[in-house]
Amino acid sequence: MRLHPMVKQRIAFAILSLSTIFVVLPVLAVVYLLLARGLPAINWTFLSQSPVHMMREGGILPAIVGTIYLIIGTTVFALPLGVMSAIYLSEYAKPGPFTRLIRLSIVNLAGVPSVVYGLFGLGLFVMLLHFGASLLSGSLTLAILTLPVVITASEEALSSVPQSFRDASLALGATKWQTTVGVVLPNAVSGIITGLILGIGRAAGETAPILFTVAAFYLRDLPHSIYDQAMALPYHLYVLSTQVPNAPPKIQWGTALVLLALVLGMNLVATTIRAKYRRARKW
Amino acid sequence: MTQTPDTAKPGSLKSMRRLAEPLVEKLVALNGALAIIFVVLIMAFLLRDGLPVFRSVSVSKFLFGRDWYPLSDQFQTLPLILGSLAVTLGAVVIAVPVGIAAAVYLAEIAPVRVREILKPTVEVLAGIPSVVIGFIGMVVLAPWVKGAFDLPTGMTALTGSIMLAFMAMPTIISISEDAIVAVPRDYGSGALALGATSWQSIAGVTVPAAKSGIIAAVMLGIGRAIGETMTVLMVTGNAAVIPHSLLQPVRTMTATIAAEMGEVAQGTPHYFSLFAIGLVLFLMTFAINLIADLALQRTRVRR
Repeated sequence: MRLHPMVKQRIAFAILSLSTIFVVLPVLAVVYLLLARGLPAINWTFLSQSPVHMMREGGILPAIVGTIYLIIGTTVFALPLGVMSAIYLSEYAKPGPFTRLIRLSIVNLAGVPSVVYGLFGLGLFVMLLHFGASLLSGSLTLAILTLPVVITASEEALSSVPQSFRDASLALGATKWQTTVGVVLPNAVSGIITGLILGIGRAAGETAPILFTVAAFYLRDLPHSIYDQAMALPYHLYVLSTQVPNAPPKIQWGTALVLLALVLGMNLVATTIRAKYRRARKW
Repeated sequence: MTQTPDTAKPGSLKSMRRLAEPLVEKLVALNGALAIIFVVLIMAFLLRDGLPVFRSVSVSKFLFGRDWYPLSDQFQTLPLILGSLAVTLGAVVIAVPVGIAAAVYLAEIAPVRVREILKPTVEVLAGIPSVVIGFIGMVVLAPWVKGAFDLPTGMTALTGSIMLAFMAMPTIISISEDAIVAVPRDYGSGALALGATSWQSIAGVTVPAAKSGIIAAVMLGIGRAIGETMTVLMVTGNAAVIPHSLLQPVRTMTATIAAEMGEVAQGTPHYFSLFAIGLVLFLMTFAINLIADLALQRTRVRR
C-alpha cells in the first residue's frame, strides 16, 4: 500500500511533534514536582540554620554558604585565565596548527567527564600541591572545568567587536595591547559576563568534581579559610538521598529545589544580560 | 603589524610601554595555550597515578577480566566497562531518535511562538544539575520501573538509561538544530519547487544536508552520557557484575570512581586502579570528541 505524500507528511509531522512533547513534558513535570514538594520545606529556618539530628532536621545553611564560596573561588580563577586565553585566540592568534590545537583542546576539555576532573583535582591540588581537601582545591578544579565555556563565550564576545574600533584606536597611536584592554575588552564585557555566569552556574551544580577535592559530609562550623573543607548543595543532596537512612523527603526536596533555583537563577541572569546587551549594542 | 616608529626618549613611560608590549604578548600567548596545558596535565596525572596499577594486574586482565573485587585485590574492569556501555547504549537508543526528531520539529516545523516556548524548556533541561536528575530518578522513576517490570529493585541499567537519555537530549537537540538551521534555505526551496511536499523536502534534502552536524550532535550526546557520574551512581544499583539485561543493576566506570575514591588510601593498587579507570574514560571521551570535532569541521569546510 502506498500512502499519499500528504498523508505521509501528516504522520511524520505528528511523530515529530510527539517526540518534542516527549522531551518537554518530563521537564515541566520535574520542575512542577520540585516546586510542589520542595516549596513547603522552605522557610527561614531551613535557609538559615545548620542541619541537626543526623541531618534529619534543621536547615542547609552550611551547604548554601559552601556553594557560594565555591562560586566566588571558581570565578576568581576562571575569569582572568579564561579571558586572557580568549584574548589570545581573538586578538593575537594566527590561523595555523597551534591555534587549531588550542581549539581542539578546548573541545576536548569540555568533553572530559566531570569525575575525571575530580581525579585530576585530587592528584594535582589535593595531593601534589598539598592544598588538601579545601575550598582552594575545589575552586581550582571547578575553574578548570569552567574554562572551556568562559573561553568560548569570551572569544565570541571579543571577535564580535567591529574591526573599525581597533583600527581607530591603533591609528591614534595606541599599542595593540592598549587597544585590546582599552577598546575591545570594554565592548565585550557583557558577553564575557554572560559566558562566565553560564559556566559558573553549571559548575555550581556539579558534584563529582568536588567529591574528593572539597566536599564535607557534615561540618559544625562554616569554613574560615580557603584551606578549609566545605559542605556544598549538590553533595548535600547526594548525601541526603543516599547516605542518610530515612532522611525526611521534605528536606531532600527542599535541598533539590534550592540547588535548582540557584543554578537556573544564574542561567536566567546570564540570558537576561545577553538579551539586554544585544539590544544595547552600539554597532 | 601597525608599529609606529618609536620616537620616545629611552627611559620614558612611553618607551617602557613599547618595551613591555612583547612581554605582554608572550604572557597572552601562554594563556592562549592554557587549554592545551590542562589537557596534557590531566592526561599526565591519569598516567602517573593510573599506570602503576599494571604492576599488580596485566593490561588484558584489567580490561577484560570479570572480577572487580577491590577488597581482595581483584582489579578487573570488564563489568564496569560493560556497565557503562549498557547504560549509554540504552540512553542512545532513546535519546538519538527522539532528540533528532525534536530538533527537526524545532528547526523546520514549529511555529515561531511555539519554538520560543520550547527552546527555553530544553535549556532548562540542560541546566538541571545531574545530582537533581539522579534524585528524581531515585524517588520517581525507580519505583515505577520496579512496579512496571515486577523487579526486586528499581535501580537498574534501564533506569539509568532513561535518566541519561534526558541528560543527553539537550546536547543532541541544540547541536542538531543548529546544523539543520544552517542548511541554506535554497536547498529546501529547490525540492519544494520540484513539487515535493514539505516533509519530502525535509527528510530528503534538508536533514541529509545537515548530516555531519547531526553526527557530531550524536557523538557529543554519547560523550555526555558515558561521562555522567552522579545520576548513574544514584539510580543504577551499583552491582559490579557483567550485565545480561537492562533490567538488572549495573555499575559504571564513573560511578565506581565516585563511590570508591573517598575510601582508598593513596598509593594502593585500588587507588591506582581508579585512576586507570579514569584514564580509560578520558581516552574514550577524547576519541568521541575528536570524531565529533572532525564531523563539525567538515560542515564548516563545505560552507
